[in-house]
Amino acid sequence: MIARNTTLAALATTRFGLGARPGEIVAVAADPRGWLLGQVRPGPYAAPAELAGLTSGQAILAEFIATRQERNAEKRNLSAGASDPANGDPVKQLVATVRQQVLPHYLAQAAARTRIALATTASFHERLVQFWSNHFAVSVDKPIALGLAGAMENEAIRPHVTGRFRDLLVAVETHPAMITYLDNERSAGPHSELAGRVARRGDQGGATRVGLNENLAREILELHTLGVDGGYTQQDVTTFAAVISGWSIGGDNARLAQGTPGVFQFREAMHEPGAKTVLGKRYAESGLAQGMAVLEDLARQPATARHLATKLARHFVADEPSPALIEHLAHPFHATDGDLPSLYASLVHFDGAWSAAPAKFKTPQEFVYSALRAFEVIPQAPRQLLAPFELLGQPHYKPGSPAGWPDRTSDWDGADALMKRIEWSSALAGRLGDGRSAADAAHQAIGDLLSAHTLAALNRAASGSQALALLLMSPEFQRR
Amino acid sequence: MTTRREFLRFGLHSAAGVAAAEALPILSFAAGEPGSDARLVVVLLRGALDGLSAVPPYGDPAYATARRPIAIAAPGASGGALDLDGFFGLHPSLTGLHARYRAGELIVVHAAATPYRERSHFDGQNVLENGGARPAGTASGWLNRALAALPHVQAPAGTVALAVGQNVPLILRGTVPVGSWAPARMPQVEPELITRLRDLYSNDSTLAARLDEAVSIDALAGGEMGAPHETASMAKGAGGNLGLVRQMATTAGQMLAAPQGPRIAVLEMTGWDTHAGEGGAEGQLAYRLRGLDGAIDALREGLASQWARSAVLVCTEFGRTVMVNGTRGTDHGTAAAAFLVGGAVRGERVLADWPGLSARDLHEGRDLRPTTDLRSIAKGLLHEHLGLGSGALEEVFPDSASVAAASSLIRS
Repeated sequence: MIARNTTLAALATTRFGLGARPGEIVAVAADPRGWLLGQVRPGPYAAPAELAGLTSGQAILAEFIATRQERNAEKRNLSAGASDPANGDPVKQLVATVRQQVLPHYLAQAAARTRIALATTASFHERLVQFWSNHFAVSVDKPIALGLAGAMENEAIRPHVTGRFRDLLVAVETHPAMITYLDNERSAGPHSELAGRVARRGDQGGATRVGLNENLAREILELHTLGVDGGYTQQDVTTFAAVISGWSIGGDNARLAQGTPGVFQFREAMHEPGAKTVLGKRYAESGLAQGMAVLEDLARQPATARHLATKLARHFVADEPSPALIEHLAHPFHATDGDLPSLYASLVHFDGAWSAAPAKFKTPQEFVYSALRAFEVIPQAPRQLLAPFELLGQPHYKPGSPAGWPDRTSDWDGADALMKRIEWSSALAGRLGDGRSAADAAHQAIGDLLSAHTLAALNRAASGSQALALLLMSPEFQRR
Repeated sequence: MTTRREFLRFGLHSAAGVAAAEALPILSFAAGEPGSDARLVVVLLRGALDGLSAVPPYGDPAYATARRPIAIAAPGASGGALDLDGFFGLHPSLTGLHARYRAGELIVVHAAATPYRERSHFDGQNVLENGGARPAGTASGWLNRALAALPHVQAPAGTVALAVGQNVPLILRGTVPVGSWAPARMPQVEPELITRLRDLYSNDSTLAARLDEAVSIDALAGGEMGAPHETASMAKGAGGNLGLVRQMATTAGQMLAAPQGPRIAVLEMTGWDTHAGEGGAEGQLAYRLRGLDGAIDALREGLASQWARSAVLVCTEFGRTVMVNGTRGTDHGTAAAAFLVGGAVRGERVLADWPGLSARDLHEGRDLRPTTDLRSIAKGLLHEHLGLGSGALEEVFPDSASVAAASSLIRS
């Protein structure tokens, strides 16, 4: 019985959590399932201490907008006067200025996120934060998203991780990070008041063109709720884009000048008026509430439950999760109207999720977290803290697309990726030095999951630090 | 101190190296077989390239109106297209490709698409790479199945084809071991650690195979070619990213050119999803196109004398709407443009059965209608360039019997 619980404790900390810190497996062994469930009970939200002092997304975006307006004004002055040969490509320049200004915010957010992941005693909860952040991915390779992606995680995702999916969905889709990342802030209905004004001025198609942008609507349906096979059509995408036309941000330039800079703002004048039909259901015109009603219904769709269940099962249990597991997760999620703690509890109570054989190949972030947790290393300087994620190919908030980072072994086990892990492990082991027992470290980090074959290799190693590198690169440490 | 590179060269003669080489199903090209000297590179443009800006059909009377705020002007005007054939032009950023066209080394394909007709990036990319008719139709990629169909001899694991990047994209996944390579940023590890990891992975066939592939590829990138992989920039900005892509393309070209190097490589470029503020002759897309143009140029420089035996296919998952949207960008569409460029290509041609841009000609009233199946180009390329027979082509592209291979793509 005790032996079995120590295996479960190792699985709880490595498969469900972010990797065991020394002493954690022993502490958790009394009740591994209870340890997990205790982290995801609903309750009042308290922000982790590491987030104190971070600038809000609103302030970051307001600063970005102000800079852009300044640059645009300069550009206008320049083109009015003589051209300035020293002044290069304006697009490049704006990008450079903004990066200089916003990069410190991004680095602070990514460092805070890493510090939480390395120090937390509720690592299942933290893994879920990062799971949802990746589900609703905002990628910082788009300049405006730099500084906003982390803000969205902290402001829209963290407070709702143990709440209802519907609330999480609304918080994300109305966060300025998502609105701007998926280009909704200028999307305007073809029959909106604004379109009418522009048409009367007789400039359709020119610089003041007015119309829909369907990017956000499509990704809400395809990625955030129903899933690509969730039964929607191109017509649903276009109509949903009309429903959420006018979902914008305050205080930008020209036609977006009104409102508080950097906050979500519903712009009635850009909203396509009238009743609209999405997925066969008619929604009467009600301004902002029309889109909220569609989001509520999307959150309740069985296809959404299946889509989320599949992603959660893939993340925790298997690259190709069984239909039984997906059903096991989707049914209660649907029945409880999207209660997230119930969803997590279904996962924890599924016996098939606890096989001792490793289920998943760690992503670079998971690998780095678990390695640094195992040795209780938390580098102080942000750049040093963040370098491993760049090196191993998974920088924070930068999946490169709204689909987020992929979640299967074949996405991460390239030959070059493995060599990068070896190089980093070797460097870390060198810094840790020869003074520790790799066998002890292995028992602390992966407990019963350590194989006799690996233990023998650790004991045969030429040096203490080489043994640590072997531990970090062992099959059981590379997987979870 | 012994470096890993020295070890690798030594390792080929060591017991472990020989054992590893014999233990794996390893493929390469047999000398003298058709296509044995051919080099093939596929460049995947992720995010859906706007073919109507990359290859503007300035001669279509509906083009300028449909694209008014971002249209590329006709050749001769300021910021105008680089002329191809009096009807189509290239975006003014694509000066290198235009020079290849004039040198008879570029085929421009237009109004082309995979069989996928929905508008999800991720399903669209899956179809582009899996080579079937549906998303998730196969778990392997068409380029890997093409490798499996080639005549083969022994070669170090994972060196016959190369993913440029840390991991292998779907198009190259499958039964044939494939290496991946990205610039190194860390000090080399002790060779002894590699030996011990080989032993540690003796019960883990996946990690063992990856390690052998990594060792072989590393020998090609650093061991035989004199350390081309300097510390890469940390990709801090868009400029840094394009610089990195160019560096990776140069090295990939050099690796492909090496006598024992890979014959096939895949390069991925992102940032083509231009929903807002796409720009015309200048701006966001123009910047990306300059990056693509530079990457092709870098490949050519890297390949050097082997450029004459090379073909580079540049393709994307689907195109973008004909009409400009409300945010001076374009939304997800259907048909797009593709490029086939290289010294082996029978170029200076535009392959397009042009469907027209007037409202009644559009697919579902919004997109450029596809008239060329991208698989016909890929099949013709694999047949003429690598010598795949018709039986093999049907396995590489399942359910494509009705899609005839394009002919006369490659110089005979």
